[in-house]
Amino acid sequence: MFDFLEGYDLLGAFWVTVQLTFYSAIGALIWGTALAAMRVSPVPLMRGFGTSYVNVVRNIPLTVIIVFTSLGLFQTLGVTLGADNFTTINFRLAVLGLIAYTAAFVCEALRSGINTVPLGQTEAARAIGLSFPQVLRLIVLPQAFRSVVGPLANVLIALTKNTTVAAAIGVAEAASLMREMIENEAQLILISAIFAFGFICLTLPTGLFLGWVSKKVSVKR
Amino acid sequence: MKSASTLYDVPGPRAKRRNVLLTVLFLVALAVVVWWVAQSLSDKNQLEWVKWRPFFTNSGAWETYLLPGLKNTLIAAALAMVIALPAGALFGIARLSEHSWVRGAAGTVVEFFRAIPVLILMLFANAAYAEFTDVSPDSRPLYAVVTGLVLYNASVLAEIVRAGILSLPRGQSDAAKAIGMRKNQVMRHVLLPQSVTAMLPAIVSQLVVIVKDTALGGALLGFSELLASVRPMSANYGANTIASFTIVAVIFVVVNFSLTSFASWLEGRLRRGKKSTGAVVRADAVAELATPGEHVSRDDLGGPGSTSGK
Repeated sequence: MFDFLEGYDLLGAFWVTVQLTFYSAIGALIWGTALAAMRVSPVPLMRGFGTSYVNVVRNIPLTVIIVFTSLGLFQTLGVTLGADNFTTINFRLAVLGLIAYTAAFVCEALRSGINTVPLGQTEAARAIGLSFPQVLRLIVLPQAFRSVVGPLANVLIALTKNTTVAAAIGVAEAASLMREMIENEAQLILISAIFAFGFICLTLPTGLFLGWVSKKVSVKR
Repeated sequence: MKSASTLYDVPGPRAKRRNVLLTVLFLVALAVVVWWVAQSLSDKNQLEWVKWRPFFTNSGAWETYLLPGLKNTLIAAALAMVIALPAGALFGIARLSEHSWVRGAAGTVVEFFRAIPVLILMLFANAAYAEFTDVSPDSRPLYAVVTGLVLYNASVLAEIVRAGILSLPRGQSDAAKAIGMRKNQVMRHVLLPQSVTAMLPAIVSQLVVIVKDTALGGALLGFSELLASVRPMSANYGANTIASFTIVAVIFVVVNFSLTSFASWLEGRLRRGKKSTGAVVRADAVAELATPGEHVSRDDLGGPGSTSGK
């Protein structure tokens, strides 16, 4: 029943999906944190930049961004990101696009985490004479980190699902293998079920686990 | 600005000086990046007026490529929303059923479709239409895009509906039961009508997700929507890839930004409103509701007794 799987590297394709998710998650966390720092900074220009970046990028389809990295950055402007063969170039371009897009959502998650800390907390902290670094380190960040786990988990799962868009520029991840297989093989339902199952294995446990963690650590108000 | 005041005091003379310094440094960094981007664009002749002219001086590009593309994007999004809403309402209500098997079945379907990327659903729908139906190859991409979007978004909308119903104060259904209404009367006459207003902001912001996801059809299924107009445009107007992408991105941003702003305006209005219970599903709760796992509870998602989102 499963002979049609012969000749296809199913695990390899899902491994590429996992790699895309991993590198993009790390990049998006860094860039998103920088953006969130800008959005809550006391400098109006930085706040303005952070806000515009988030509002613009959140409203562009990820597909447009990913296709742009290939057609625009690579084919028109010659950006190769230090790679020399097509597979690596496309992979890195896809990671770049996913980072640029996901960072906007990471920024929003972090900012909402900071915003859940009630004003009274910082006011009380200042009233007892804590300095700004102390307010941040002892009062605001410990509470913000705890309430940020849930929103960040949602971003991570959305990112896992979004890596399929990399199929648009020919990265050999799960969705592009699925496309290839349903073109060549007859067992449409079975193939789709296998890929659906693969993604459920990636997203559902993460969702349930991180949901449980975020309930566990969140500050009850 | 609330986020600023949570973290910082009103700046004194030293903080003001430091802020000015930071502004200048940031401005310089920004200018360097802008200069570098402009330089690399003009190196590849992408800033020449010839490449941008088709979009500004005559209506040809708009009439031939952009507007028909936008029309297809909006048609697919509207169809998906119109079909997914009743299906979502059905599953959302089923998840609140008193019979555990109905709850369980609806819950499984919702979790299943939320856990799968929408592209997988579109690819499946596309191949299924080709194999099992005689939908013509011309209209197949539209069918596939809409089907994929409906399967995914019905499950997200189901969660929005459920959250909307649960956001209403418990007194509403208690009072309805007290005056002798049956279960389905409570749902039809009391809970649903009120929850529709409560979930409007979330529905509008889910529409943004739908509009964005139609672009998948353009890139991978040959659906001639807005993104798909980039290739013919850059072929016809002298390889103006950057210009075409910019215009397409701007259109998407304008459409989606208006929807997002409308959603948050609605949310603010509902929150301030005195006529209703003040129950509302936050517009930004959709990211959470689109994720597998349990996120809906009575005091979450911006219900009247909650602190979240206020």
